[in-house]
Amino acid sequence: MDCMTMTPTKPLSELPLAALQFAQQKPFVLQSTEREADMTTDSVSSRSPAPVEVTSVGRIRMQTSDLNVHYGDTQALHDISLEIPENQVTALIGPSGCGKSTYLRCLNRMNDVIDSCRVEGSVKLDDADIYGPEVDVVELRARIGMVFQKPNPFPKSIYDNVAYGPRIHGLADSREELDSIVMESLEQARLFDEVKDRLQAPGTSLSGGQQQRLCIARAIAVKPEIILMDEPCSALDPIATSGIEALIDDLKDAYTIVMVTHSMQQAARVSQRTAYFHMGQLVETGSTDKVFSDPRDPRTRDYISGRIG
Amino acid sequence: MTDRLSTKLAARLRKRHRGEKLFRLGGLGAILLAVSFLATLLVSIGVSGYTAFQQTTILLQINLPVDPVNAGYPGLVKKSLREAFPSVSSRRNKKELYRLVSSGAAWEIRNYLTDHPDQAGKTVTVTVTASDDVDMLINGKVSRLDPPQVRRLSDQQVAWIDQIRASGNLKIGFNTNFFFNGDSREPELAGIAAAMAGSFFSLIICLGLAFPLGIMAAIYLEEFASKTRLTSLIEVNINNLAAVPSIVFGLLGLAIFLNFFELPRSAPLVGGMVLALMTLPTIIITGRASLKAVPPSIREAALAIGASKVQSVFHHVLPLALPGVLTGTIIGMARAVGETAPLLMIGMVAFIVDVPKSILEPATALPVQVFLWADAPERAFEERTAATIIVLLVFLMAMNLIAVILRRKFEVRW
Amino acid sequence: MVAALFTGSLVAILVTVGIVLSLVFETFRFLQIVPLTEFLFNPQWSPQTAIRTDQVGASGVFGAIPLITGTLLISAIALAVAAPIGLFSAIYLAEYANSKTRAVVKPTLELLAGIPTVVYGFFAVLIIAPLLRDGGAWAGLSVSSESALAAGLVMGIMTIPFVSSTADDALIAVPLSLKEGALALGSTRSEAIRQIIIPAALPGITGGLLLAASRAIGETMIVVMAAGLAANLTLNPLEAVTTVTVQIVTLLTGDQEFDSAKTLAAFALGLLLFIVTLILNVIAQHIVKKYREQYD
Ligand SMILES: Nc1ncnc2c1ncn2[C@@H]1O[C@H](COP(=O)(O)OP(=O)(O)O)[C@@H](O)[C@H]1O
Ligand SMILES: [Mg+2]
Repeated sequence: MDCMTMTPTKPLSELPLAALQFAQQKPFVLQSTEREADMTTDSVSSRSPAPVEVTSVGRIRMQTSDLNVHYGDTQALHDISLEIPENQVTALIGPSGCGKSTYLRCLNRMNDVIDSCRVEGSVKLDDADIYGPEVDVVELRARIGMVFQKPNPFPKSIYDNVAYGPRIHGLADSREELDSIVMESLEQARLFDEVKDRLQAPGTSLSGGQQQRLCIARAIAVKPEIILMDEPCSALDPIATSGIEALIDDLKDAYTIVMVTHSMQQAARVSQRTAYFHMGQLVETGSTDKVFSDPRDPRTRDYISGRIG
Repeated sequence: MTDRLSTKLAARLRKRHRGEKLFRLGGLGAILLAVSFLATLLVSIGVSGYTAFQQTTILLQINLPVDPVNAGYPGLVKKSLREAFPSVSSRRNKKELYRLVSSGAAWEIRNYLTDHPDQAGKTVTVTVTASDDVDMLINGKVSRLDPPQVRRLSDQQVAWIDQIRASGNLKIGFNTNFFFNGDSREPELAGIAAAMAGSFFSLIICLGLAFPLGIMAAIYLEEFASKTRLTSLIEVNINNLAAVPSIVFGLLGLAIFLNFFELPRSAPLVGGMVLALMTLPTIIITGRASLKAVPPSIREAALAIGASKVQSVFHHVLPLALPGVLTGTIIGMARAVGETAPLLMIGMVAFIVDVPKSILEPATALPVQVFLWADAPERAFEERTAATIIVLLVFLMAMNLIAVILRRKFEVRW
Repeated sequence: MVAALFTGSLVAILVTVGIVLSLVFETFRFLQIVPLTEFLFNPQWSPQTAIRTDQVGASGVFGAIPLITGTLLISAIALAVAAPIGLFSAIYLAEYANSKTRAVVKPTLELLAGIPTVVYGFFAVLIIAPLLRDGGAWAGLSVSSESALAAGLVMGIMTIPFVSSTADDALIAVPLSLKEGALALGSTRSEAIRQIIIPAALPGITGGLLLAASRAIGETMIVVMAAGLAANLTLNPLEAVTTVTVQIVTLLTGDQEFDSAKTLAAFALGLLLFIVTLILNVIAQHIVKKYREQYD
């Protein structure tokens, strides 16, 4: 059973969360600007330490321009240009098969796994093209985490699931350090209290919602800058869903989040920006309020009013 | 991600990528290794065996006798050789000279006379088989630079061979002995005809038993059997039978067919029966798989138009499943052709000179012939062993090719 | 009609019954001549030398230990060759190769299992044994012309496809989501394979190894041609050893009266072989089946 410490009716801001406290102790935003200053040697972000771009949207972390994706002979995405602002939740919505997952998987080069998939156009993280020849996908994916539609805990213990990323990347120098990373990540994912007595139990023994939070904890443990989520709640019941939504809402202060959903209500509840995809095209994008209250494109309007599913 | 973490990460990255490369190379290396084993095996057998498909022959001037019965053919051969090399006088040298041609030469002359009775009494040119040592020198299996003990030819003999060759009386031709003779102690006379006949008879028996029984079992289990304990017991039993070592089937054949039913030892009949029991599980398993692949809608359609269950299976389901069943049968037969161990148990390992003409006569089989010759001391048997393997592999390839073509041609995607 | 169809299945059952009955019956007769303790625990096997003249038809010592160790030694060498090569091949095919390479390489590897074992035996005698002897001489070791190593190596080559096919199936059956989960965390492919995919596929892989082991233990022709007849109780792979199957063949080829201890011993060895391979197969099938259910 998915016992969250909160109920969906409670406003998110009122929740006294270990995760939030943790985030406050560690000013992530600040760290993130700090690292800009001397990340020029980094293979991905070889940009100049320009001042943070402050627009109404916020600083742009990722940007795709004229992105075209083919699976073999069929084109799945057509000329997608979209910006992903920092520390906000960007929701990708649209009817199923419109290319949301495909787009999301371009952002951490997960499409490389699929033989037939061809990506053209540019995808930039900060100012560096992540499809550039010198880019190391291993490092890229460490910086851009991903949570999948169906919870996919490894057939290992809860502890080992979360410790997996830090271990492969060598993020902890000692057992204690690893323990604290695992604990912090589980706390941030609001799972710690439920599993603290059985960290050695297999990850697959958890309920669906817990498994998904475990996967989020697993992603957070690598300390990524951006988290991609592909319909993270679609396999979950409503209570587990609201738990994840609340979690996403507090994660956005520390991370930049891109989330695919085909529930408009969910997009409305948790996202600040919304992009509407239709048959491989980006039809409309803007602040969530604007897209939902006053969509420009008739296709968006139809979708929002429930005429296209 | 903080700075500290990203430096840590970067420091490890190079090592991790090296590990990745090594791992991938390990995989590639394993495949290359496996494929190169296969290539080494095929090439070494090819290189060792191709020379056995040709045979050196010598043309002799023979004064054919008038009376074919009391002719003393070996003497004719010797006489002809002495006439060709009149300078050879000592007993030892004459003996060496005679050894240039096969001991089968006398038979060949006799056969020539039987085939050409009108030539009796005339002096004609007859082609006789050269001895295995001469053949090995000519086809390069031994070199003239080898010491005489190794090449098993004296310098004098080599000189004679050169002389015969220079006179144009030495020919290299297709090795008919190899394909049309039975076994022999003399490598140049030994052939695989008896073994092929044995393999053929065994295979016919095997097919005749295993195919109908296998199909019946497959149909019963897939179409008629209810899911009882008995059925599942049969299933487990068949799966395990498929993995029983083949030699155990040989023991079964020995105990039951030979000792209990007292069927003849060394006979292709028994060999085929043992092989049939061995291939039965394969045929049942593949047969069931292809029956299962026929969609239930076919059965329902047949039943709906009033066919009985049996009719629906035999008229509608079985024809559709037949290509799959046949493919499985051919694959099972291909395994049976190469099987050796069970045949050893039932005595199909014998020196068979005469080509068997029935399933009850003593016989051997191609793989058993390989086993027998591999152990023979004469070096010339080595190339014949390899050549027999080539023949065997060609058969196997042909069978598998037919299976593949069948599958391609009739494969239906439901 | 249906009853007629049942005969096929009946034959399959009768075969098993026949195997079990004939082996058990002859073994029983064997044990009346030679005590079970001698068969299982005597470290000496020499059926040809008559030392037990007091009993009718009996001859020699029938301690199966040297045969069992010889069989295990050769099978272990075979697995030491087949397991890494088969496993790494499967990993490459399942995780790295593109579909074209796969379509060519997979059936090529399976050819190795389709070649008659008598061919491998000849290959061992023709190529491998001389190679080992010369290599050994060069390294200052004496390798006997029939050695456990030669037989084991060649048997290993033969069993590669048994390992690689089942391992490949097992790797392919691991849900893609697990692999993607690992890659998305920044694993290299090999890390994902070693730490996530292989552990998840382990039951299937183990099943394949057991099948290969059972295959190696029951293999006859390679050992008959390449391993030798000498019942040495040794673990030195450079020496000649003999195996259970070799002795079955030796005891039963050539003319023999059917009731002598020698011929009966062959059936006792056959029963031993049958039981061991049966156990291995049952375990292997059980593991593989359980594992399939897990991901179906
Ligand atoms: N691996 C693949 N191979 C071929 N086509 C694919 C693959 N994945 C997705 N597609 C196709 O690309 C289109 C977009 O799919 P996807 O991005 O999964 O849509 P969404 O996530 O919006 O439902 C669909 O038409 C789908 O059939
Ligand atoms: Mg999707």
